[in-house]
Amino acid sequence: MVKEEQEESPNRPDNTAFTQQRLPAWQPILSASIVIPMFVLIGAAFIGVGVALFIASRDIQLQELDYTGDDSAHPCYKCRSSTEKCTCSMTFSIPNLFKGPVFFYYGLTNYFQNQRKYGASKDDNQLYGDLDYFKDPSSSCDPYTLDSRNIPIVPCGALANSMFNDTFSLSHVVNGTQKIVPLNGKGIAWWTDYNVKFRNPSVTPLINAFNGTKKPTNWPKPAYELDTTDVYNNGFINQDFLVWMRRAALPDFRKLYRRITHDDYVNGLPAGNYTLTIEYNYPVYSFNGRKKVVLSNVSWMGGKNDFLGIAYIVVGSMCVVMSIVMLIVYAKFKFAEDD
Amino acid sequence: MLRRRLNRLFGGDEGRVHSRTIYVGHKSCPPNEAYIPPKFCDNRIVSSKYTVWNFLPKNLFEQFRRIANFYFLIIFLVQVIVDTPTSPVTSGLPLFFVITVTAVKQGYEDWLRHKADREVNEYRVSVLEDGRRIRKMSAKIKVGDIVEVEEDETFPCDLILLQSSRDDGTCFVTTASLDGESNHKTHYTVADLESDLQYLSSTIECEQPQPDLYKFVGRMHIYRNSQEPDVRSLGPENLLLKGANLKNTQKICGVAVYTGMETKMALNYQGKSQKRSAVEKSINAFLLVYLFILVSKALVCTTLKYVWQGKHDEPWYNEKTQKEKDTNQYLKMFTDFLSFMVLFNFIIPVSMYVTVEMQKFLGSFFITWDKDFFDPEIQEGALVNTSDLNEELGQVEYIFTDKTGTLTQNNMEFIECCIDGFQYKHGDGSSELDGFCVTDGPVNKIQQKAGREREELFLRALCLCHTVQIKESTMHRQDQIDQIDQIGQIDQVDGLGVDHEFLHPPQKEMGFIASSPDEIALVKGAMRYGFTFLGLESKNMKILNRNKDVETYELLHVLNFDPVRRRMSVMVRSKTGDILLFCKGADSSMFPQVRQEEVERIRMHVERNATEGYRTLCVAYKHLNAQEYARADADLREARLALQDREEKLMAVYNRVETDMILIGATAVEDQLQDEAAQTMEALQGAGMKVWVLTGDKMETAKSTCYACGLFKKNTELLELTLRTLEDGGRSREERLHDLLLEYHKKAVQDAPPVKLGITRSWSVAGHDYGFIIDGASLSMVLSSSSEPNSRRYKNLFLQICQNCTAVLCCRMAPLQKAQIVKLVKNSKGNPITLSVGDGANDVSMILEAHVGIGIKGKEGRQAVKNSDYAIPKLKHLKKLLLAHGHLYYVRIAHLVQYFFYKNLCFILPQFLYQFFCGYSQQPLYDAAYLTMYNICFTSMPILAYSLLEQHICIEVLLEHSTLYRNIAKNAMLRWKLFLYWTALGIFHGLVFFFGVRFLFSNPALQDNGQVFGNWSYGTIVFTVLVFTVTLKLALDTRHWTWINHFVIWGSLAFYVFFSFFWGGIIWPFLKHQRLYFVFANMLSSVSAWLVIILLILLSLLPEILLVVLRKPRGPHARQMKHRLPSSGTSTIFMLSQTASTHSFSWSD
Repeated sequence: MVKEEQEESPNRPDNTAFTQQRLPAWQPILSASIVIPMFVLIGAAFIGVGVALFIASRDIQLQELDYTGDDSAHPCYKCRSSTEKCTCSMTFSIPNLFKGPVFFYYGLTNYFQNQRKYGASKDDNQLYGDLDYFKDPSSSCDPYTLDSRNIPIVPCGALANSMFNDTFSLSHVVNGTQKIVPLNGKGIAWWTDYNVKFRNPSVTPLINAFNGTKKPTNWPKPAYELDTTDVYNNGFINQDFLVWMRRAALPDFRKLYRRITHDDYVNGLPAGNYTLTIEYNYPVYSFNGRKKVVLSNVSWMGGKNDFLGIAYIVVGSMCVVMSIVMLIVYAKFKFAEDD
Repeated sequence: MLRRRLNRLFGGDEGRVHSRTIYVGHKSCPPNEAYIPPKFCDNRIVSSKYTVWNFLPKNLFEQFRRIANFYFLIIFLVQVIVDTPTSPVTSGLPLFFVITVTAVKQGYEDWLRHKADREVNEYRVSVLEDGRRIRKMSAKIKVGDIVEVEEDETFPCDLILLQSSRDDGTCFVTTASLDGESNHKTHYTVADLESDLQYLSSTIECEQPQPDLYKFVGRMHIYRNSQEPDVRSLGPENLLLKGANLKNTQKICGVAVYTGMETKMALNYQGKSQKRSAVEKSINAFLLVYLFILVSKALVCTTLKYVWQGKHDEPWYNEKTQKEKDTNQYLKMFTDFLSFMVLFNFIIPVSMYVTVEMQKFLGSFFITWDKDFFDPEIQEGALVNTSDLNEELGQVEYIFTDKTGTLTQNNMEFIECCIDGFQYKHGDGSSELDGFCVTDGPVNKIQQKAGREREELFLRALCLCHTVQIKESTMHRQDQIDQIDQIGQIDQVDGLGVDHEFLHPPQKEMGFIASSPDEIALVKGAMRYGFTFLGLESKNMKILNRNKDVETYELLHVLNFDPVRRRMSVMVRSKTGDILLFCKGADSSMFPQVRQEEVERIRMHVERNATEGYRTLCVAYKHLNAQEYARADADLREARLALQDREEKLMAVYNRVETDMILIGATAVEDQLQDEAAQTMEALQGAGMKVWVLTGDKMETAKSTCYACGLFKKNTELLELTLRTLEDGGRSREERLHDLLLEYHKKAVQDAPPVKLGITRSWSVAGHDYGFIIDGASLSMVLSSSSEPNSRRYKNLFLQICQNCTAVLCCRMAPLQKAQIVKLVKNSKGNPITLSVGDGANDVSMILEAHVGIGIKGKEGRQAVKNSDYAIPKLKHLKKLLLAHGHLYYVRIAHLVQYFFYKNLCFILPQFLYQFFCGYSQQPLYDAAYLTMYNICFTSMPILAYSLLEQHICIEVLLEHSTLYRNIAKNAMLRWKLFLYWTALGIFHGLVFFFGVRFLFSNPALQDNGQVFGNWSYGTIVFTVLVFTVTLKLALDTRHWTWINHFVIWGSLAFYVFFSFFWGGIIWPFLKHQRLYFVFANMLSSVSAWLVIILLILLSLLPEILLVVLRKPRGPHARQMKHRLPSSGTSTIFMLSQTASTHSFSWSD
């Protein structure tokens, strides 16, 4: 401005871009001419993705078998209220080749695994193999901490106690004979759960670690006998246990039970008749729950879910429609401005 | 009355309540009486609030008195006591953080105060005791001690000046630490004291401590040889205030009268009352809405929980503990309710308060840093006294401005005078030097000349009737202001403006100090006509007359100026022994006091000058004969000694003396307009603000200033409500007032086309402009009419008229009346935001009263600046302060507030919805770390950066188009409609987030290895969408992307991702549950999760983008923005087009 101002005064404010609010700035303006082509592009991309998702989801094969047995005609009806060990079997047929790898899920409905108290009712330190917590489990496990004689329960808590204990076997009817489909119990739990988050105490044999503890009341057998055939699938790192311990987000859920990856079934389940044999233990009748078995294969996007594909197509179409609307409005507005 | 009489009856003794008696040097007085040392507080200064012991409880107590802090404390306690879904850490940590930061800040400030106190209290001072000098700590000084202070030292307490090393019994002080003024002020010793203070035996009676820096009354009784005591009056000129510095005087001795917390400085320490901005009120209103939402959410959930539990009996897999079974049902319900409150309490974020505070505090720096506010003349920039009101600057509807010093420069120049009705005008502009014509003879004869005798009498009057002093050249150097032509400061002693000017700086080293700039202009005017004032030496005034002879007058009395009398006089005795009284003052106050024959001739000149915008003063004189003088002298002395009502008594004497004078002439002094005053006013009016001029000046002068500023235009119809119009028509004033008010109301309000309030206020187009003029006397009639219903009615009429006028001029206002007007408007319908701007002590009351007070760092001292919220060097800076800074601050903080509520609504809504899917079990959707960090880390920085840097319209455009200011008038961005929009947006986003993921989770096998996701994955996906959407929403709103915005927005997102990896990547030893272990990483390995995140973000932002595009650009700024867009972005396919900033620097160093 004025030359003589050049002598600096201590009070003079700094003349920097920041202090003068003159930082160089990018001043984007969302104008129709940018947004319309952008919307068209996004719309096209979304529709493309949507179609791909939709096709992927459609191609996923799904076989659902409800075995709750609330219908007296159902083969599992007898097991519903039985307290004894009860086995029932269901048959189903697969019309075409069920492409592999096939995943074997069990599903429960109206089961609130996401209840707060239920979910918090466990002791992560115990499950991490810390023996101190075997003797003195966290009080968050109440009322599944101690049994009636004040002996600590390991693993403690409602979550572990209510572990799903129906077992299944699947057999393929080939020429009138039942051929057992081998089920793979590995790789059904998160790798990190199996390898890091859950640990058995470093005591061999494992049974010694459980001295002075009781098994959870609902369990037929203690933790160290969950899988006696495989040391690496026993105790807290039993994969069925791990799968159960990862709480479902919603009251209707399914959990991975087995994978069918072996022998003749590597490429999937061939067309034909199958028998599902269920060892029916888990009571759901009291809370109006349902139990089912789901056989499914997966695509790159995971399990069957039409929602994503449809949503993508809808949003994509919305973008395109909007861009058309905008084009109309913009044209009108442009004319108005030219006047 | 009765009390006064009693006082007189019993002497001073029972007046202890009103006055205190001080025994100088702690000696009994009279010497034979017993000395009882009176109890006064010691000289310890305690400005600190806390001690080490009470800091914690006191500070915590004060912090939790804030309603927000208290709320969070309650939430925290509930979390500690009741079994709640989230750990106490989630709300305890932020609260702890906020409380700690505040406590540390306050503790540090208090520590500084302690340090300062200690420095002051332990300062060594010299005290004279029995003739010996003793060094002692300042804190130990007692009332009655005789204290010795040397040059450049600070007075340790309030002292009565007894002795000075200067011959003339004066000393100079600066009061920079008291009121920021750095000029030298003269104080006087008590007259005729013993030279050896050791033998002084006297008492001082003075009033009880009171905070007014400029008021002091006291009386000193001096006992000599057991005679009747001599009595001297003591005034503020004898009082040296604690905190002031001794200058230019080797040393002084004084007796302590007020010590410690009773000194005037300490009494003035009280802070100003807190002003709260309209935005803050909006925040509180919104807060209530959210509190309501919170409570109703908790209630809904609690109710549903028990309804649901009725149907779903306790399932076998989740049995209750024995304790739970035993608990009372209602107690359980209550704790459930509290748990839900805790779960949803994040909807009211602690961090909002912190962010708002930080935004205000940091944002205010931009005002101080703005170099456009830097004034090279006074070498200062703008000053921010409170940062709480930044956004209020963008909401101003009424501006109340002072005239003198604010609209005008307070830089006086002598223009012309009239002597005996003859006009004397100076030069025609040829070879002007410093405004004076030097080539010509002393006086230009315009028409005819008055008699030489009258002429000289008039000029002598100008030379004598003032309180101007000659500035010594030694002080001159110290002031280091040689380069500056003039500098304005206030004289503290009499509370009037002082101005010292250097006359012909290169030629004469002579400056004047005076109580008002007019006086200097007059003295210099007289100098132009050949009469030079040479100075005052020991009560003798010397004048150099036209014949280069020195005339000497003995100064007998000065009858000081005061705003009520509006005149001042001096009594002098000439060499020949004549006693003369010269008086000058405002016309209205002079005309009744003079003989009427001369009045008419001069009144014509005065009125003509006034309409030209000059300040006029009338000059009169009278001869006093010996008896008259003797009586006046006695009266004056008596009044000056009075302890009670001294002011009133003096006033009465002054009025009695200043009668029956002979008018000699009048002067006209020009008060120049401030730089760009007219442009500033135009811009402010264009911005929809109504400008009211409140001045103590007379109507004609003020009116002309208004015309000059463009507040009144040629076609403005003036509605006048002044004493003059009231006295027209010959009826009683009340009736006339009633009629006039109704008439004006009909004109301006009823007949005017209806004015739409709000954004489309456009009265200037309405065809007819009205200006309203009211004076102080009429105003007080309006405000305090005899009957109560009338008074209210008049007030309403007055307000309605004023609101329909483009400009309002209130003249002849007393300071308190200014505040009254501001209050009246402030409390009128719609509670408009008011702003007062002024520069002088008389504007302080209105500055304090208005919503925003602006001080001008003018010539009338620092009082206004000290009491203001913002201080600027010049009036012209008001334009940028309001139109640019105010507008931006308002937009920023309004957006900040709305955004904060929005982001917390869509944060908590999914958590609320999740309750419907988890059996109302208070299961949190998000992990505790996310709950805590959301507001603190993930989403706080972008909005803070936005609220500091955003310029939705660049500053140049804002300044150019003042009408843009109207777009945000009336709290436009925080109205309920917009709040609802934001709330709806928050709800929409919350629904999208939750249900989008809900549908995805209808099959939780989201990975191509068939494994399923659990509840924490669900929450993490929702949270990821949330953080990205909320941040990108802000990115969409950001119009001004500096590198900081880029850094903070993208940095926040990157930090979120990084943190999530980190948080989920380690088994944390201190955590009870490793809930999030590898959840985030697993989520990212799922294509579906990626796709749903992208989908939901886009879906949430779609309507927003659509709205931005479809919203028809309104107002000039939209077009402006369009023009700045190069090639309209036809070639780019990117979402946003890039325009490089076109800013350049207007000056470089």
